[in-house]
Amino acid sequence: MDLYIIVFYLFALITLASAAIVVISKNIVYSAFALLFTFFGVAGLYVLLMADFIAVTQLLIYVGGILVLLLFGVMLTTKVIRVDMRTATVRTFPAVVIVAALAGTLIGIFWSTDWPQSPASDGFERTIPQIGEMLLTSYLLPFEIASVVLLVALIGAAMIARRERKAL
Amino acid sequence: MDIQPYLLLSAITFVIGVVGVLARRNAIIVFMSIELMLNSVNLSLVAFSAFLGDVTGQMLVFFVMTVAAAEAAVGLAIIIALFRNKQTVNIDDINILKW
Repeated sequence: MDLYIIVFYLFALITLASAAIVVISKNIVYSAFALLFTFFGVAGLYVLLMADFIAVTQLLIYVGGILVLLLFGVMLTTKVIRVDMRTATVRTFPAVVIVAALAGTLIGIFWSTDWPQSPASDGFERTIPQIGEMLLTSYLLPFEIASVVLLVALIGAAMIARRERKAL
Repeated sequence: MDIQPYLLLSAITFVIGVVGVLARRNAIIVFMSIELMLNSVNLSLVAFSAFLGDVTGQMLVFFVMTVAAAEAAVGLAIIIALFRNKQTVNIDDINILKW
């Protein structure tokens, strides 16, 4: 078997298994750490797809940022009471129906559509120059808006999460 | 290697995220499941980008990640504020907006 395919299935296995653990695990800390492996698996798949910049960004933002934030959230909300994870038993049936319909639709469409069947011209040489050029030309406005969104989110998060100060 | 394994992987990861949102009652787990769904969509975007030979898909992933980071910050702030007020992160107990 091709090494590429073996590596793909390895990363796919890591991603799927840890994603399942995120959802199934009773312990929220295990879920958070399983999410770490999901992010790593997806980053590995990005490398396989020649998306080097996105892979590094995935590690920096998701593993370095969002996951640490999530762990802070876990630590800050499980200290007082042990948050027990009772899984829903009440709405199992509607959930199963929705999930089955969604899975059937997605997998059916992905399976039956005629996608391009081989990587276009053995991937990219380097993606970073192209991405940088696009960011400063055709995607300049979304880029700037993204920076404003981040600033607003930063201020908003600090506003929401801080302790209420006594009114003067 | 064709694109279908990537897309199927993305679909399955997305469905696992949906299961998490629907079945789990802990707000932080729901939050992680949303991140899973964002990741699966990113994966299919990058796959299309590679198979079409067009970097635009990776641009979209970049912006999705930006929004995900903003969402993570604000969402966790909301969860912490809720926890401070109600001493729980169980989303069935946080129902004061429910009629």
